[in-house]
Amino acid sequence: MAEVEEKVVQEKEALLSPKRKKYITDPFDENNPVTVQVLGICSALAVTAQMKPTLVMGIAVTVVIVFANVIISMIRNLIPGSIRIIAQLGIVATLVALVDMVLQAFLYDVSKELSVFVGLIITNCIVMGRLEAFAMGNRPWDSALDGLGSGFGYAWVILAIAFVRELFGSGKVFGFDVLGPIGYQNNGLMTIPVGAFMVLGIIIWVQRSINGYVEE
Amino acid sequence: MDLVNLAIKSIFIDNMIFAFFLGMCSYLAVSKKVKTAIGLGAAVIFVLTITTPMNWALNEYVLKPGALSWALGEQADTVDLGFLRFITFIATIAAMVQLVEMIVEKVSPSLYGTLGIFLPLIAVNCSILGASLFMVTRDYTLAEASVFGFSSGIGWLLAIVALAAVREKMKYSHVPVPMRGLGITMITTGLMGIAFMAFMGIKLDSTPAKEETKAEKVEVVEKQVSMLTDVEK
Repeated sequence: MAEVEEKVVQEKEALLSPKRKKYITDPFDENNPVTVQVLGICSALAVTAQMKPTLVMGIAVTVVIVFANVIISMIRNLIPGSIRIIAQLGIVATLVALVDMVLQAFLYDVSKELSVFVGLIITNCIVMGRLEAFAMGNRPWDSALDGLGSGFGYAWVILAIAFVRELFGSGKVFGFDVLGPIGYQNNGLMTIPVGAFMVLGIIIWVQRSINGYVEE
Repeated sequence: MDLVNLAIKSIFIDNMIFAFFLGMCSYLAVSKKVKTAIGLGAAVIFVLTITTPMNWALNEYVLKPGALSWALGEQADTVDLGFLRFITFIATIAAMVQLVEMIVEKVSPSLYGTLGIFLPLIAVNCSILGASLFMVTRDYTLAEASVFGFSSGIGWLLAIVALAAVREKMKYSHVPVPMRGLGITMITTGLMGIAFMAFMGIKLDSTPAKEETKAEKVEVVEKQVSMLTDVEK
């Protein structure tokens, strides 16, 4: 978590206007892609049984969003409106194939653990949502910042879920035994899919109690 | 019998929603009314049943290592187009969705009225692409792939209709304000997932045996690889 926040602080210094700062900070809380916009839930739940694959997934999604946003925003005036979805899917699929190959080359174990969910970044609604809602109407630099913000907003939520699930499910954090030595009994509910639903539901509850967001 | 087992397995035990979280976006967004949930579920079954065998054929005859040798002769035996898998699959799905939309619009305007608005949503539904990718990783045959696609769709329909029914009733209950909407829906889905876990107890005779042999094969290959690397060292 600390690492994610540090990066944002660095970005802020390079930025020009408060408006651009908002592109990055907005998705953290009031406009979070997972807990508020309800996008990208599939992978948010499926990969979060442990911290390590989750971190890799967060980085992979961020990379794909940023580059897809930049590329689409550069060619946004050349894409005919009627085939824009397939053009976007083509670019996203190419980026995901690249990410998949990089993972297989350098992090083979993690890529095996993530299995089909790397490929499913293509249909991650966050990516498509940002392309449709932002990159089609904004300049490349703004789109890059927007992608970065959304990617980090997604990453912190899935890391939070993974932290709870790994800590209580197997007593570990990033594979280090934390609760084991003090005699913690592993809670199987957290490691199975159902645990992910519960944890995300509770995270949403806590977040909305704090920021006062109400649906309907 | 194998196919029946596979169907039962993909509807209940390996349910797309409760075991793999696939297609959650539209699952959460379109589950407010039973009627619309049925519409979307039917569209998902339709598209899954068409795209899974189609992607199977593409994978078998174009993308697999050496798959092109039926067309180009023996020199194509080493060609591996696996890196094109994602883009081919998603293009097939998007094209099929577009095609289905056009055909349905022409042939049956009334069906288009119910399915029409959901079809574009389906191109980016993870369960469609997920089914195609699972089919590749699990090495299904054509018959298995078709059954898998169809029954995964049924499982998905079952899950979304059940959730929609619960949410319709939930309108009248007193939910804590910050929990309303997504929060309580997640908890509900979790509880439904626990209910679905009861199906895990179903013993399907031939399927586990088959998985074992696959795992054994992988083990043998891994042993060979490690032996080879040892020799190199």
